[in-house]
Order: sequence, then C-alpha cells, then structure tokens
Amino acid sequence: MSHRFTDVDAVREGLSKVDYLCDSGLAGVVYLADRLDKPVLVEGPAGTGKTQLAKSVAEITGSRLIRLQCYEGLDEARALYEWNYKKQLLRIQTEREADVEWDNISTDIFSDEFLLTRPLLEAIRATDPIVLLIDEVDRVEVETEALLLEILSEYQVSIPELGTMEAVQVPLVFLTSNNTRELSEALKRRCLYLHIDYPSMEREKEIVLAKVPDITENLADQVARVVRSIRRLELKKPPSVSETLDWARTLVLLGVQHIDADVAAETVNILLKYQSDIAKANKELATVEGIEP
Amino acid sequence: MTAYETDLPTLPVEAGDPLLDLLNGFIAELRAVGIPASLTENLDAMEAVKHVPITDRETFKYALAATLVKNQAHWKAFETVFEVYFSLRGAQYEIAADDLDEADEADGEIRAEGDRGSGGDMLSPEELAEMLYRALMRGDSEMLRAAAREAVRRYAGMEPGRPVGGTYYLYRTLRNLDLEGVLERLMDAEQHTEGDVDDFDLRLRRDEFELRIAELKRQIEAEIRRRLVADRGVEAMAKTLRKPLPSDIDFMHASREEMASLRKAIYPLTRKLAARLVRKRRHGRSGPLDFRSTVRHSLSYGGVPVEPKFRHPRPHKPDIMVVADVSGSVAAFARFTLHLVYAISSQFSKVRSFVFIDGLDEVTQYFEGTDDIAEAVHRVNTEADVVWVDGHSDYGHALGVFWDSYANDVGPRTTVLILGDARNNYHAPESWIVKALQEKARHLYWLNPEPRSYWDTGDSIVGEYAPHCDGVFEVRNLRQLEAFVDRLA
Repeated sequence: MSHRFTDVDAVREGLSKVDYLCDSGLAGVVYLADRLDKPVLVEGPAGTGKTQLAKSVAEITGSRLIRLQCYEGLDEARALYEWNYKKQLLRIQTEREADVEWDNISTDIFSDEFLLTRPLLEAIRATDPIVLLIDEVDRVEVETEALLLEILSEYQVSIPELGTMEAVQVPLVFLTSNNTRELSEALKRRCLYLHIDYPSMEREKEIVLAKVPDITENLADQVARVVRSIRRLELKKPPSVSETLDWARTLVLLGVQHIDADVAAETVNILLKYQSDIAKANKELATVEGIEP
Repeated sequence: MTAYETDLPTLPVEAGDPLLDLLNGFIAELRAVGIPASLTENLDAMEAVKHVPITDRETFKYALAATLVKNQAHWKAFETVFEVYFSLRGAQYEIAADDLDEADEADGEIRAEGDRGSGGDMLSPEELAEMLYRALMRGDSEMLRAAAREAVRRYAGMEPGRPVGGTYYLYRTLRNLDLEGVLERLMDAEQHTEGDVDDFDLRLRRDEFELRIAELKRQIEAEIRRRLVADRGVEAMAKTLRKPLPSDIDFMHASREEMASLRKAIYPLTRKLAARLVRKRRHGRSGPLDFRSTVRHSLSYGGVPVEPKFRHPRPHKPDIMVVADVSGSVAAFARFTLHLVYAISSQFSKVRSFVFIDGLDEVTQYFEGTDDIAEAVHRVNTEADVVWVDGHSDYGHALGVFWDSYANDVGPRTTVLILGDARNNYHAPESWIVKALQEKARHLYWLNPEPRSYWDTGDSIVGEYAPHCDGVFEVRNLRQLEAFVDRLA
C-alpha cells in the first residue's frame, strides 16, 4: 500500500495550505505516523489545536474524518459495535410462524445485517481513506482504555460471533489527551507521542494573521507579544490559541490600531477567565520591572 | 511498494551499525536518567530513524522523542541527553573540518591564557560586548550564536581533562558577560530612542529582551556542553550532566533552578490528582441497595428485578489539619505540601493549616477567599508569626501551643498531618501530645522530608514520635508526596 506523504516538508506545506501552521517536529511526527503505521497520541494544554490537527490532516489527505468523542462511562457498545437486538427480536418473531431450525436463526441473527457499527469498527471497515480521531482519551477509565489496544496495534476488531475484522486500509489515528490523568503504559507504548505546546511568538503571529481577516501586521505582532508576556506569568489558566484569536478579533471589531495599557486592561477578560488571573495580569503589565527569571 | 520498502530488512546490516550502537548507548542513558523506554519503544525508535534523514537534526530529534519519550515532564532530560549524544555527532556529519580547527584553536588559546588578547583575529572584550549588545538588540539568532561561542571561548577558561561540571564554566562565562547590565543598557536605549513609549510598551520590550537573553544562556550552555563532550567523550559527559526528573528532585536539596521546575510540575500534578480522586470517590458501587429504583427498573422486565440498583456511595471526606515545620531546611517541603493539599482541598471537607518553628501560628485565613495558592503560600512564608524565642525548631513547644489552643478542634473526623524533620535542637520532645492527639483524631500521620537513613541521627527524634503516629512516611520528592496524598483522600 502506498503512503500519504512523500517527505516531512510535504506534510508541513500541506498543513500550512489549510492554515494549520506547525513546526518541523509536529510535521515529522505526522510523517512518521504515516510511514510506521502507528497512531499518534497528542497531548498539550487546552486550545492549542490538538483536535484541529486531526481535522487538518484529514483535509489535506482527502480522507474522511471519523471521530470518537470519549467520556466517562464510554463502553464497547458506543465505541466498537453493538448488536441491533430490536431487529434481531423482530427477525426471531417473524421466523416463529415458519418452522425454521434454531441453528439457522442463530447464525442468521449474528450476521452483518444486525451489526451496528460504532466509530472504531467503522474506521476499520471503511474502504475509503480514513483519519480516526479519538478525542480526549484521558476521560475514559483505565479499564476502558483496553478497548482501544487491539485496534491501535493490530488495526483489527474481534467480534466473538463473527470473527476478527481486519482493516481494509490502515487509518491514520490521532488520540488527544488533556492530560487529566496518566494514560496506561500499554496505550502509550503503542503510540507515537506528540506534545503540542503554546506556539512561539512568531508562529502565533502568523496564526493570527492567517485566521483573523482584516488584521494589520502591526496589531497581530502586538497581540502575539502581549499574549506571550501574559503566558510568562504564573496563572491558573494561561490563554490558549483560540482565546488569542478571539481577542484579536475583538480588537479588530473595536477598531483598535495600537494596544496600550488601557485597551489591554479593558479587554483582557477575553484572554483570561479567572478573576485572580485578570487581576494579576493587570497588575503585572502595569509595571516595567519584569518577573525575575 | 517501491524499491525502498524491499530494501528495508537489509538496512541495519549495511548502513546502520555505528548509528545503532550510538542509539543503543543513547537509550541506555535515557534509562539511566529514569525515562522508562521499553524494548518495543526501542525498536520503534530504530525503525523511525530509518525514515528521517539524520542530517535534519530537528526532525531526527522529534522522531526519537516521539518514539521514546511519552511524558512531557521528561522532555528536558531527553533534550540534554540528545544534545550530549548527537550534538558532536552532528558535527561529525556536517561541520567536521571547521569544528576540528576550532578545537585546536581553543587549545592554543588556553595555553596562551596568561597573555590575553595575543590571538590576532580575536575580538577585544569591548568588541565582544558590543557584538552581544547588537545581537540582543536585533534579535539576530545567527549573531547570538556566534557571540555565545566567542564568549565561551574567551571567558569559560575550559581546560582539557579538568573534572568540573558544566555549571562551573557557565558561571564563569556569565559572570564576565554581565547580562543584567546588558539588559539595563538595552532598556535605557529603548526608553530614549523613541518618544512615545509608555510603561506597557516597555514591559513588552523587556519581556522580549529577557527571552533573548534566556536564549543566549541556552546557547552558551549548549556550547559548553559541546566542548565538554569533545574533551571527555559522550559517556562520561552524560553521567556528569545526569539530572533527576522533576518528580525525583529532593525537596531539601533543590537548587533554584530545580525549585522552578518543581513549581512548574506541581500544577499539572494537582490537576491530575484532583481528577483521580474525584473518580475514585465516584467509583465502586459499595453503596446500599436502592430499593425504590430497583423496583422502578424492574417494570421494564415485567416486574422481575433483573437489574439491582445501588445508591451512590457517599464516602466521607476527611477533615484535614496540617501542622508544618517551616524552619529553613524543611521550608520548601512544607510549601509544596501546603500547596498540594490546598489545591485539592475540594476533596476534603475542611482544611486548616498551622505553621511553626518554635512558635506556632494558624495560617488558614491566608488561603481563604483566594484562588491563588502560590500567593497564599508566599504570604505564609512572610507574614506568619512562628518565632517564639530564637527561631530554631522546637517541636515540643510548638506542639504545646497547638495542644493548648487548638486541641479542642481535633475530633474523630480529623486527620492530622505533621510535617517536619523532627530535628528538635535537643529541646524536650513532649511526645505525649502526639499520643494524645492521635487518640482524639481519626488518623495522625507524620511526613518527614529526610531520607530514612538519617532519621534518629543527631538531634532528629522521629523515633520518639513515631510510636504514637498512625504512620510515618519518608516524603522527599513529588512522587512520594503524590503517593501519600492519593492514599489520604
């Protein structure tokens, strides 16, 4: 089978075409995932574009995105497959009049027709190119993680009544985690690991320029600088990239040309969501003396 | 599919050998640092490097990191090891000739250390300072790197074979550069060149310069490391540079830099811990049978109670009293423990905290009504009234004060945590208080930041208190602290 990307640069250029700006590390990991047929575990603070990465990769490879949103209490029936028991019941009832052997029915009702595929099985059985996104995998319990292991390492799903279903094509798999708990060793071992941190000042500026229409280069530069300074403070929740973008959009709407202390103080509540953080940022930004490194 | 794939199996034999050896050494070193790289991950790494050109250092590094390092906290350690193993090898592949020349030159320079400025093409100290200043002003990374190299060459005074670590050379170089002064000069220039700059602007610019200076320091460090590796070889260097992972840093002997990384590590830790505790609390269905709900659900099975329903268990939340020694040597430990306990205070029904040296003071109020725990901990350090006579730990007296003033608040739901090394400066231990407290409280634990082998040596009297505690634990690093708190809640 063929690979999706020819080299690391192809990944980077492709991603930047869909306005996903990344560094060579990120592009390298995506490239390797394709070459080694391994899933990628993406970790990092909220709002740095983990989910967006999967979407963008799907877009540039022309693949269909299948998404499994994880939550506490996710089980096999929601993640892998389920037997459509209502339909099975109907089938049994219609057969009741006709004098059919039990064996025939039982093989019948455990066939493809009665199988409800859920995201993981769907990704395996699809014939078109697939990007599978398993979002916020840290939300499921440790025990449920085991559900994922077979599909992540072998790209197959075992259904007791039907046998093992192997992938028609190897999907590109992304798992995201907000790191609210340590994932199991078994899961980590099967994945390539990618940590997406807040972007550098230059990259953030490029992101702002790409995503916010009508923003001047000068303002974008200032936005990126202020956000960087705010992230250096010890805050409960540093501003994410999406909050930076919201802020930039607000400034454009307000017709701000140049950010000064007053503008920053009035609009900083878009970047920061905790009262103590806002107070701290306002206090810090009003003083010239930096934080001692 | 292509020729490439069919070539694959033969690759390690024909081209890989030196690289594989290097990788093996590299992975062994990662394990020595404490990064758990398993066998499969090892194989993955070997597979991965076949797909990326080794000349592309950045991608090569990320390929190794993606396969070997699966925890962000380990990234820094990985980076250091990578640099030691591959910075010089990188030179071997790319810039061999130029590098060798330079090493010779450096040797010559050291020999001629006595008469400075004899090297014809060398910059004078003033010129170097000017170059540095301009590089920082413009944020020109090429120039910055050159300046870093030059600075190390000139000021570090590196001698081949001398068994000192990199920090010594770093210190020497930085002392000569006077970066604080450079920062002031940069800020002065900013203030005077343009007319309309306000404080806000200046602050942003200052941040910018500080980051550039931090970058310069990194460059200098890298340069020193590169030279050390050239001098002493990879394995020896890796051993000298080996640093503990953040979760293994000893509270009592952490350097300033390590303290900073501890502070950074504690926030994600508390978040993780809180999430885990909530889950633990909700989990397990040991609650009693919910009769009403069971009957209700039995209706869909024609009245047969197929699915018994249980009430959600409501495990009782402990009531915590932290009594912490904040005298010099153990202050850091007390800070981190207080920080951690308050960060997950929603898991407890009530948290009260007391700090002492030889006097004792309640500090609960600093934590109330604020969600900035770091700030509150800072206030504890500066404002609490903990000195009674001379500011040397006196556990006996401090416990006495606690007994007199607060013992009535200790009830059967209270868990008391005493933090300290129990180095009592030969005062009276008054261990009966601990015994009495233990009888009143639900549990009483003692956390000691000293290694177990030091207990009961010198003026340490843990042994006096230990029999009266429900448990005495050695808590020297975040890993142990996390394990304890996990148990507690």
